[in-house]
Amino acid sequence: MAARNWNPWLRLLALPNESRAKTVLVAFLVSAVCAALVSGATVALRPIQTANRAAEEQARIAALVEGIPGMATLLEQSGGALSTVVINLRNGRAAADVTPATLDAALSDPGNWTALDAGQDLAGLGQRPDYAQVFLLRDGDSVSLVLLPLSGQGYGGRMDAILALRGDMNTIAGIAVTQHSETPGLGARIEETSWQASFPGTELRDDGGEMRFRVARGPASGVHEVDGITGATRTGRGVTQMVRFWLGPDGYGPLLDAIDRGEF
Amino acid sequence: MEKRTDLWGTLTDPLIRQNPVTLQILGICSALAVTTTLATAVTMSISLTVVLTLAAGFVSVIRRHIPDTIRLIVQIVIVASLVIVIDQILQAYFAEISRALSVYVGLITTNCLVLGRTEAFARHHRPLPAMVDAFGNGLGYSLILIVIGGLRELFGKGELFGIQVLPLADAGGWFTPLSLMLLAPSAFFLLGLLVWAIRSLLREQVEAREHTPPLRTEPAE
Repeated sequence: MAARNWNPWLRLLALPNESRAKTVLVAFLVSAVCAALVSGATVALRPIQTANRAAEEQARIAALVEGIPGMATLLEQSGGALSTVVINLRNGRAAADVTPATLDAALSDPGNWTALDAGQDLAGLGQRPDYAQVFLLRDGDSVSLVLLPLSGQGYGGRMDAILALRGDMNTIAGIAVTQHSETPGLGARIEETSWQASFPGTELRDDGGEMRFRVARGPASGVHEVDGITGATRTGRGVTQMVRFWLGPDGYGPLLDAIDRGEF
Repeated sequence: MEKRTDLWGTLTDPLIRQNPVTLQILGICSALAVTTTLATAVTMSISLTVVLTLAAGFVSVIRRHIPDTIRLIVQIVIVASLVIVIDQILQAYFAEISRALSVYVGLITTNCLVLGRTEAFARHHRPLPAMVDAFGNGLGYSLILIVIGGLRELFGKGELFGIQVLPLADAGGWFTPLSLMLLAPSAFFLLGLLVWAIRSLLREQVEAREHTPPLRTEPAE
């Protein structure tokens, strides 16, 4: 029995539960063990999760392309693949020195981001990358479809989506939401295909070139609107602003003009 | 022998007789949210049962050394860590289902069922009975989730585990899906009917009336 008192561990355990030292010790030990458990799981599983997310994004792009009427035959004619191009958003041309492989490295350099002032920043992003990876589908010499990654601010946080535009650069061919943190059951319905189904055929601008796209409050009225989601007004506004920003002059506007001029 | 029947009772009691969802009405938030399909209901059931059993085990092991003043926070820390680990595992190996469950895996932390069992049972019992009790409660929760999930998926989509069971009217069959079944209120209806059914069979679960209706007074002439 006497030997036990020389072991500090057992002496601590033998302390009355309500003593301050033991309370602090138990709190510390439990936190330390739990922290180790959580960090270990997160670090060990991260590579698998990253691979999952990449595969999911690829699958969504594939599903988006396949869901567009007539796309499957177009893909076959063009050799069955989309071409990936990194665009310099400052001038709307293909980036000379950045490839898809080096895009992540380029975007980790703050010099490759442009700060947006309040008037420009429709999507609530604060800053915009100068390079973006887009996917083009060519039909002969002209571009018949372009897939543009978008990101914006929803109600619950950042949203990422991929918008497909037809060859006239004005008609939406489809949308896929790749990431969001909207309210489950309300705003989160933006990831449902039933909502996304109202996008194809919607036009962005009117005849005068004015941006008219809008997520309606309630059912869509007119060719420039898509259906709203009941109970998710701010999510809908977020989507509207995201599309308006990215397809406007500070987003892909220069790129769309360049495609219209036949530069791609 | 005595001890064995005891454990067996601890395990099977929460299935129907002491079911945490239908008798104690615990943990119904997640039970209603994730039961639109059978697959999410089963995943949620397994996650909760694993978390509950492990948490009960851990709490029971250190039960003599948890200071009373911080016992709730110690339990929540243990539960929350286990939930994060489970969530990470789901995200890594069952990405599809993890997306369908969205925030509800995280909400296991605040599921009153988990804290209820660790606080009421695991804190006072040795690890084996504590884990058996937790496992039994997990199974009881799972049973209700799977019954409701199965009914909702069957009548809402005509499917079970994503396989078409009832031929849909759209595809030339006779079954028209009840879209109400896919919305949250239907889970309340089904849970209510289930509680009613169980309490009609097991009269001892019927709670005493909280109020007696006032005597009806005749309208004044």
